[in-house]
Amino acid sequence: MVPPLGYLKETASQTAGPYVHIGLLPRQAGFEVFANSFGEAMVGPKTRGERIGIEGVIFDGAGAPLRDAMVEIWQANAAGRYNHAADLQNKPIDDEFRGWGRSGCDFETGRYCFRTIKPGPVVGRSGHRPMAPHVNLWIVARGINIGLSTRMYFADEEAANAADPVLNIIEPAARRKTLMGQRQARDQEVVYSFDIYLQGERETVFFDI
Amino acid sequence: MPRESEFFQRDRTIHPPAFTPCYKTSVLRSPRLPLLSLQNSLSEVTGPMFGAHELGSLDNDLILNFAKDGEAIGQRLIVYGRVTDETGAGVANTLLEFWQANAGGRYRHKNDRYLAPLDPNFGGCGRTLTDAEGAYAFRTIKPGPYPWRNFVNSWRPAHIHFSLFGTGFAQRLITQMYFEGDPLLAHDPMFGTIPDREAAMRLVAPLDLNASVPLDTLAYRFDIVLRGRRSTLFENKLQGN
Repeated sequence: MVPPLGYLKETASQTAGPYVHIGLLPRQAGFEVFANSFGEAMVGPKTRGERIGIEGVIFDGAGAPLRDAMVEIWQANAAGRYNHAADLQNKPIDDEFRGWGRSGCDFETGRYCFRTIKPGPVVGRSGHRPMAPHVNLWIVARGINIGLSTRMYFADEEAANAADPVLNIIEPAARRKTLMGQRQARDQEVVYSFDIYLQGERETVFFDI
Repeated sequence: MPRESEFFQRDRTIHPPAFTPCYKTSVLRSPRLPLLSLQNSLSEVTGPMFGAHELGSLDNDLILNFAKDGEAIGQRLIVYGRVTDETGAGVANTLLEFWQANAGGRYRHKNDRYLAPLDPNFGGCGRTLTDAEGAYAFRTIKPGPYPWRNFVNSWRPAHIHFSLFGTGFAQRLITQMYFEGDPLLAHDPMFGTIPDREAAMRLVAPLDLNASVPLDTLAYRFDIVLRGRRSTLFENKLQGN
């Protein structure tokens, strides 16, 4: 036998279950326990960038909204830099923006909702063009055995999207539109609408990252 | 500090697939098209970081963090372990969040209507950061099993839910810890979604009497492994520019 390499195996995923809110969004579960709740407020008064909302509904294969799912987003700041030591781009960090948020889908409507800022473009992999502004999403719920990773791009960034190195590997090309948040003006607020389809003709592109 | 390097490809053979008919809810909630394999960019190798100043002093003590007029009821436990990556290196200063039912198997949640009573002194959630070597520990009570609607008579084995961040968003993980010797494990459709027997058994925490507090608290050990990062022996630069 050849010598073993000795790597450990990643811990197996298990569903977040219907009561994920207890641990991650206790206020939504119905009680107060922590002095500060993580992920609820992404933006403060000093955060730089255009204020936007990101909202949507996650639909199952029967067309019903998931009303017990949780969504997290991770994004760059308005200059296009992630608030993380591995981002070596020569762009400013915004100390008022962690870049991460979480939202529990509404128990009645299934709608998730973020109030954030629009990210700038981020450098692509070496040898590739820059990535168009986008938000990374991670979705967990009862019935989802391992968290689903996808991205929302901004439909009004047509030129940047057309050059984006990730969108361009999606085939058939018609599926790229499943990752487009649609800009809407609502009560003097800009909201990007991004519905997610787990199955069916409009199934969202999910990534193995 | 996290390096600017990609993660090892995720070994999906040790994870439950999306579509697992034994766990009925997965049937309509599982993507049917193949996941698109994406080489890591900055968006995947970075992720949110948290600091000790953001946590409260009782956040890692479920016996006390929701106590109103007494301590939580149940078998007192220490759950501890180490978070490493696939190379065995400790993952330092990473956030763990955990939640569970009370000793009777009831969750403090608007949507849980199981007849077992709520414990007024038990919330059921906590959080902590790993130390410089990746070690973590928290105090709680042993959760009870409870029935759920999968088959007519399905019962979840006692378990604690864990959420982990690692140092990059591609390491994000939610899992469940089970308890050594639980007879319900063999009947649990959720535990049964894991196709690899050894991977499933790594979710079962052994009793560790050596880590217990005599006359006070039992201990279980649960080590967690997150994806490893490549060490670039030869230049394969991730970032452009």
